[in-house]
Amino acid sequence: MTAAPPAPAPAVAAQPMRDTFADVVAAALDTDPRLALVLADISAGLFTDAARRHPDRVVNLGIREQLMIGVAGGLALTGMRPIAHTFAPFLVERPFEQVKLDLGHQGVGAVLVSSGASYDSPYYGRTHMAPGDVALLDSLPEWTVHVPGHADEVAPLLESALHQEGNVYLRLSERGNAAARPTGPGLQTVRSGSARSTGVAVAVGPMLDRVLAATEDLDVTVAYAATVRPFDREGLNRLVARAGQADVLVVEPYLEGTSAHEVAAALADRRHRQRSLGVRRDTEVRGYGTPADHDRAHGLDTAGIAERARAFFLP
Amino acid sequence: MPTAPALTRYADLPALSGLMTGDEKHRSAAESTREVLWVLYDRVLDVSPETADDPDRDRFLLSKGHGPVPYYAVLAAKGFIDLATLRRWAAFDSPLGHHPDRTLIPGVEISSGSLGHGLGLGVGTALGLRAQGRPRPRVVVLMGDGELDEGSNHEAIAAAGRMGLDNLTAVVVDNSSATHGWPGGIDARFSAEDWQTRSAPGRDRSALYDALTRPHRGRPLAVVARVRPKG
Repeated sequence: MTAAPPAPAPAVAAQPMRDTFADVVAAALDTDPRLALVLADISAGLFTDAARRHPDRVVNLGIREQLMIGVAGGLALTGMRPIAHTFAPFLVERPFEQVKLDLGHQGVGAVLVSSGASYDSPYYGRTHMAPGDVALLDSLPEWTVHVPGHADEVAPLLESALHQEGNVYLRLSERGNAAARPTGPGLQTVRSGSARSTGVAVAVGPMLDRVLAATEDLDVTVAYAATVRPFDREGLNRLVARAGQADVLVVEPYLEGTSAHEVAAALADRRHRQRSLGVRRDTEVRGYGTPADHDRAHGLDTAGIAERARAFFLP
Repeated sequence: MPTAPALTRYADLPALSGLMTGDEKHRSAAESTREVLWVLYDRVLDVSPETADDPDRDRFLLSKGHGPVPYYAVLAAKGFIDLATLRRWAAFDSPLGHHPDRTLIPGVEISSGSLGHGLGLGVGTALGLRAQGRPRPRVVVLMGDGELDEGSNHEAIAAAGRMGLDNLTAVVVDNSSATHGWPGGIDARFSAEDWQTRSAPGRDRSALYDALTRPHRGRPLAVVARVRPKG
């Protein structure tokens, strides 16, 4: 095919994921006495009523993120199911040793829910960006990581997290796709390529609409993942087996290559190529502006994805 | 399962330590916690091997996880650990390492080693008991004066005081090991945050017992146990 790259389309939809999270947790606190919410000031205003109804189970510790995770661990040691929430860099990066030791190493679990994603509010600058959060958690065993692409995907992912025992990270963004998709544990095929297709594109969470637009003139299978850990290795292997070529493009809304080792493991039984798109690793992008500015700077707008998808699938 | 039939007294602690270290006259600085640990497990804490999973048990959290020999010795004297296990300490497949792992030893409430984690976990444990309507159990966290250097402790000290967690007790064994010291005293760091504070000589078992058990209400308790400076 020799068609020109597709024109950039508005492929990002506003998604009130944080409000949805607050609604789901407030309702769950009313019915499940095991749940407790731990905050460090951020979003406390969304839980004023819940805190009035459950003063012992909605705990705002002030701006104390190490303590927030330590308290989550202590609550879990008494048999409760804690939820901790703040912006992604202050939830995962700042108290990372607490995440490593006060949860996993104690053998207990919590639900960590972040907002702000890689650069939802880039006018705050680098301090409020956390493109490395999933890669950091990926250095720890047995974490479940959900990256919803639509506000309506938040409730089922969150409810399953509240009803299990392990450690779960739910990465919320205010930017996503126009339509919600099934959040089943495995990869969801959104568009099937032919038997002679040039490969498989995996879109994580908010990247789906952009990936669909960027690959619309390519013969590739597009699969969607709202859950990236555990990664659906078997599902990817099956999709690749049905494709014409064993070439896989993964487009993630956080640090590029975060899931590259998963793809390598999924396709260890066959010769294959893979390409990872995400937030760039080679330089710190020092810019304010809008999220769309940062999409362009990282090549994560539709045009940037399309150009690199074409170069990868049609070399 | 073999148990520890004979070595169950305070006087047996050096022998129990010696099973681990091979030094039956074991008197290292790592034992600065021996008396506090003995008083807690012998007379203060309501917990035993039989109640180690009871939700209403008292909790002891060893935050200062290094130098665990006296801790393991006390747990052995109280029947949590058998003697054969002590002899194999720090082997690859031993449950006993140079820092404790709660998933490997019954009765050990937290895994520790990296300093500054126990008090935060203790605050969470105290909040969890409060939220479940369990006012009786105490949560006792053992720390060191050097450990107080870690900033995470100060998040926990401030929040616990403000929330009035009277089921929480911090025991700080002070062997003057903090590089830059604590001018004005360790007590001041707690009392400024509205903790009840007490001091006791760290080798004086009756003074420690008194400091740990005299009633206090409405706020957390900090007991500073002074021992001879390290080294």
